[in-house]
Amino acid sequence: MTDSLRLDAVRIALPGRVLIPALDVTVASGECVTLMGPSGCGKSTLLAFISGALDPAFDAAGHVLIGEVDITRFAPERRRVGILFQDDLLFPHLSVGGNLGFALDAQVRDPGERRARIEQALAEAELTGFADRDPATLSGGQRARVAVMRTLLSGPKVLLLDEPFNKLDAQLRSDFRRFVFEHAAERGLPVLLVTHDEADAPAGGRVMRLSDFH
Amino acid sequence: MATLRARRSPHWLAAMPSITVGVLLLPIGAGFLGTLLPAVGFLPAIGGHEFGLAPWRALVAYPGFFTSVATTLFTGVLAAVLALVLAVGFCAFAHGRPWARRIGSWLAPLLSTPHSAIAIGFAFLVAPSGWIVRAISPWLTGWALPPDIGTIGDRAGFALIAGLLLKEVPYLILMIVGALNQIPAQQHLAIARSLGYARAEAWLKTILPQVYPQIRLPIYAVIAFSLSVVDVALILGPSNPPTLSVLAVRWFTDADIQWYFPAAAAAMLQLLLVVGVIGLWFGAERVAKVVGRHWIVRGGRNGFGAAAAGVSAALTCTVFGLAIMAMLGMGLWSFASQWRFPDALPAVWSSANWINHLLDLAGPAWLTLALGVAATAIALMLVTGCLENESRSHVRAGPVALWILYVPLLVPQVAFLFGAQVLLVRLDFDGTPAAVVWAHLVFVLPYLFLSLADPWRALDPRYARTAAGLGAAPSRIFFGVKVPLLLRPIAIACAIAFAVSVGLYLPTLFAGNGRVATLTTEAVTLSSGADRRVIALYALLQSSLPFVVYLAAALLPALLVTRRRDIGKKTVRA
Repeated sequence: MTDSLRLDAVRIALPGRVLIPALDVTVASGECVTLMGPSGCGKSTLLAFISGALDPAFDAAGHVLIGEVDITRFAPERRRVGILFQDDLLFPHLSVGGNLGFALDAQVRDPGERRARIEQALAEAELTGFADRDPATLSGGQRARVAVMRTLLSGPKVLLLDEPFNKLDAQLRSDFRRFVFEHAAERGLPVLLVTHDEADAPAGGRVMRLSDFH
Repeated sequence: MATLRARRSPHWLAAMPSITVGVLLLPIGAGFLGTLLPAVGFLPAIGGHEFGLAPWRALVAYPGFFTSVATTLFTGVLAAVLALVLAVGFCAFAHGRPWARRIGSWLAPLLSTPHSAIAIGFAFLVAPSGWIVRAISPWLTGWALPPDIGTIGDRAGFALIAGLLLKEVPYLILMIVGALNQIPAQQHLAIARSLGYARAEAWLKTILPQVYPQIRLPIYAVIAFSLSVVDVALILGPSNPPTLSVLAVRWFTDADIQWYFPAAAAAMLQLLLVVGVIGLWFGAERVAKVVGRHWIVRGGRNGFGAAAAGVSAALTCTVFGLAIMAMLGMGLWSFASQWRFPDALPAVWSSANWINHLLDLAGPAWLTLALGVAATAIALMLVTGCLENESRSHVRAGPVALWILYVPLLVPQVAFLFGAQVLLVRLDFDGTPAAVVWAHLVFVLPYLFLSLADPWRALDPRYARTAAGLGAAPSRIFFGVKVPLLLRPIAIACAIAFAVSVGLYLPTLFAGNGRVATLTTEAVTLSSGADRRVIALYALLQSSLPFVVYLAAALLPALLVTRRRDIGKKTVRA
């Protein structure tokens, strides 16, 4: 079991405009909390704050905790906060397997074992044998699944979803949602999803509206 | 149905690409032949009637030949490698940091400074009696007299390498910054950091491999320039023996015309060296690609890259600091009336120096301005002609066109300027300002094209279509819609082109046959021994001319056209 994600009195503002007045939320291990709100309300900004990529133009206060560890002041690379965006952002200079290898910890030294781990991840994504493919030759749905496996292979403690289902068409969308939530639940990750589409939230999950805080 | 037929460019516009290619390649091709033939003994005008290897034997027999070749390779390769390492390291370190956001605007003025001016300023700075030694003497060093050490013109060529870095590092950084706009760099960095990579390592592993293919040609241009530079090597490089290009120039301009043959051979060897080194670099790229992939997918997050990038960034800042000090130092010298060693600052200040030389300066200054304006204006007509033809005929220039544009930047100047000069003498056209404009055009055109093509092509084509739908003729669309929308990039491209023209030394020297004196040719000539206060005047004026033009280019569009917030932001094709 992994630790929960806790946002403690998080407040984000731009000069002259408060985006998020005060947000307290705890996402338990294996739980998915959905934050809803129209575009421009500061959803993505909140995720940038949690992952440590917030533009310094924003004025942010409050704390982010994973378990008992306060990661608010950690560099992004030390937070172990995985994030998925609307675009898959696979690195175009690496093969599919290369993208996964980039994410896999170097502690896994043995080349044979590294290959096995990558193959296993591809198999989970129903992409067996795709390791040497150029990401550009994959379909949108396949690329999206590779992006998920890449994030999971890096061993995150938290998963942030920044409208990752937006660009897929309806059929793919529901398949891909299930794929993401299943894999996150399997690993017991706390998941924070931001979206403007109610249908994106997993069944039975908590849904919060960002406009409620204003 | 006439309306269904695609609109074609008028004939004169359709001819623009061919004219442009001709302007670039004819002088280089003819000049190359005119250098190749004497290199194998053939130049009837001065008694070379037989083909043979005598010029090459004379070249190899020169006592300093092997040292000269070795120095050329050492300085050229090391300068190019260091420039790339520093530029890449700096970008890896600085990318995404708030202070680095406007780095492009800060570097552009530095880039507009001619190479020779920076080299002169740098020489003033690091010479045994230069500003640095003065600043730390005698309290730290105990020197009451300039020390007897060869800091500039050293045999190995370290001063030359440093002088080259002052311009090449900012150039490559600007090229990288330009290439970054073509990829989702910010998001890729965010992903890599969320996967556990520190900033610099993330940059080196995810951004650099995507950026490199786009900066490959600029890197080759840096290699070619470092190996074959003449003006900077005259000022900072070793003199006995000098680098190969300088040796070639020395022989070409020798009073004894028989030296023309080994000079031509040296010029051809220079070309071979450039081709050879770029070929090796090309091979090294393949190796680096394989090794790099392995390094990237191994998943290591050890921060090695961060340390290396930090060191590179510190060195890069040192380079910027030296460049700024070099310019400041020249300013001091130009207003110094009395500046004895080891005073840190002049004891007596005066503007007499400027006033006394104003008349001498005026001639070269006006000529430099006129040549630059003429070359830029012609280049602008050709480039906008090509781009307009492109958008009207819907045929876009391909990768071959890009290589053609780079030919003048890749082929060493010595390898074709001498031949071109012979041609000009034949046509009884040498030594005229028109001939110099023609020679400048070869170098001004590529820079203007390269800086204007991207913004021009990025303009949303629907503006032109909308205007056409409102009944505007193509010429009215061009002058009434495109030019106003693109005024800023046009002005910047012209400023860059003008700066290139001002900085050209060898093309001016040879097309002008030594009779067309610009600020640059005067400054380089004076640099070998005239009064520092006088050299400083020329070098300062030489740098301020392109700087003022650059400033004007940055400010004028805002004044000419009513300032509209969206110009340059929402006018580009999504």
